[in-house]
Amino acid sequence: MIRFSHVHKLFARTGAALQDVSFQVNKGEFVFITGPSGAGKSTILKLCFFDERPSQGEVKVYGTSSATYREADVPKLRRRLGVVFQDFRLLEDRNVEANVAFALEVTGTPSTQIGPRVMRLLSQVGLSAKATALPRELSGGEQQRVAVARALANDPVALIADEPTGNLDERATRGIFQLFRDINASGTAVLMATHDLDLVRRSGCRTIEVNRGQVVFDSAADGGFRTSGASPEVETDE
Amino acid sequence: MRLAIREALLAFRRAPMLSALSITTIAFSLFAFGLFGLVALNIRNALRTVEDRVEIRAFIADGTGTEATAAALGDIGAFPEAASVRLVTQTQALDRARRELGEFSDVFEEGILPASIEVRLKPGFRDPATVRAVAKRIEVYDFIDDIRFGEEWVEKLHRLRNIATLAGVALGLTFAIVAIIIIGSTIRMAVMARSREISIMRLVGATNGFIRAPFLIEGFLKGTLGGMLALVLAWVALAVINRFVVQASFFEPWMEAGGVLAGASIGLVGSALSVGRHLRRV
Repeated sequence: MIRFSHVHKLFARTGAALQDVSFQVNKGEFVFITGPSGAGKSTILKLCFFDERPSQGEVKVYGTSSATYREADVPKLRRRLGVVFQDFRLLEDRNVEANVAFALEVTGTPSTQIGPRVMRLLSQVGLSAKATALPRELSGGEQQRVAVARALANDPVALIADEPTGNLDERATRGIFQLFRDINASGTAVLMATHDLDLVRRSGCRTIEVNRGQVVFDSAADGGFRTSGASPEVETDE
Repeated sequence: MRLAIREALLAFRRAPMLSALSITTIAFSLFAFGLFGLVALNIRNALRTVEDRVEIRAFIADGTGTEATAAALGDIGAFPEAASVRLVTQTQALDRARRELGEFSDVFEEGILPASIEVRLKPGFRDPATVRAVAKRIEVYDFIDDIRFGEEWVEKLHRLRNIATLAGVALGLTFAIVAIIIIGSTIRMAVMARSREISIMRLVGATNGFIRAPFLIEGFLKGTLGGMLALVLAWVALAVINRFVVQASFFEPWMEAGGVLAGASIGLVGSALSVGRHLRRV
């Protein structure tokens, strides 16, 4: 579903961000991308939702290839992916409900379907009671849940998360991670960049480690890809 | 489309200060341009009134038959440059002289002033070269004693008109360019203020057309409101000038509509360029 083939990414100012990166993420898989700051984790994720294009090599995501795509293909692809960031990226002047509805309005969902769908999504992330709250009235963990609800709005085939727990305390981190596990259990692939090695170790999920723009470790390289069903549950108290 | 309109209207509510600033900037830029337009319009009107007085006067020799004069009147009236041709008899000339120079009325005796043919020219044919050429064609009639058209005065008027037109175009273009730059920057600021929203829209799969639509509507609305406000300001300025300085005329209705349309167009084009540039950059 997501395939990187000998991908290089060169930035004019900072030089090589990725060098000869190749891996594949299969349908329904849960994959961590780990590595130190500046290793190239975010660049990999940006390449996944075509926010960047490779300097060399090919990125293929759900049938859209970086080698052959047209600009008009990008919005279509992004509607099949959900993206979550460390800084939540919510619209501060709209309430929780409107932030989630926004993703549905943008993709042309009929207005009669938006309301019930938003409520279902908020219920899925455990925020039904806070539909009318503004982002600034929520905790970090709650704001990230809103971002996740928005990312799930269009039933994505994959959820791409860039350090989604980076701004959260341990308790909120566990809550968000469990939410990701639930989403993954329902068939959505999850590709998550994180610094949190403890979380990675406890999860038992496939891990791709990058360093200085290169893949230095892929837990699936020898033993094949793990599926979501094979991953152990993570304890949560949120 | 309904969503785009809603988003455009919401933008006014979410950032009322910025929206008011944009509209005011557009209004004052167009107002400055409009004030200049009013001055140019009134100068043009004044010049046109003076130009209307450009005429050729051909004096007829004593004893010329009425048939010859009537034939010449017919010929000259058929000139493409001629707006009107009129015969002024000796008696009419005397009456006019006595009327215009009342204190010297007893100086003028019967038959002292010659009859003449007065030719007025159509607008566009009042430049010195044309006036001279028409005068030469009239001069060929052998009963014409003398011909006058205030050559020096026509030359001066023509030069004044050229200077006014040139200055008008140059200043008008400068004002228009300055207005477009100021309005463009204001709209760009509004787009930049919403760059976060734009990036989120792109992230969730909005097409560029979808992102552009509310900004274009917003730019169009701001431009239209700015244009209308500029018109009101120009009208107030004219009322003050009329009352305290000099009687001047206001724009024709089509010019007023053109001003508002110009505001709307600048708002629309400015938004399209700013959003387009922003979308290419992010």
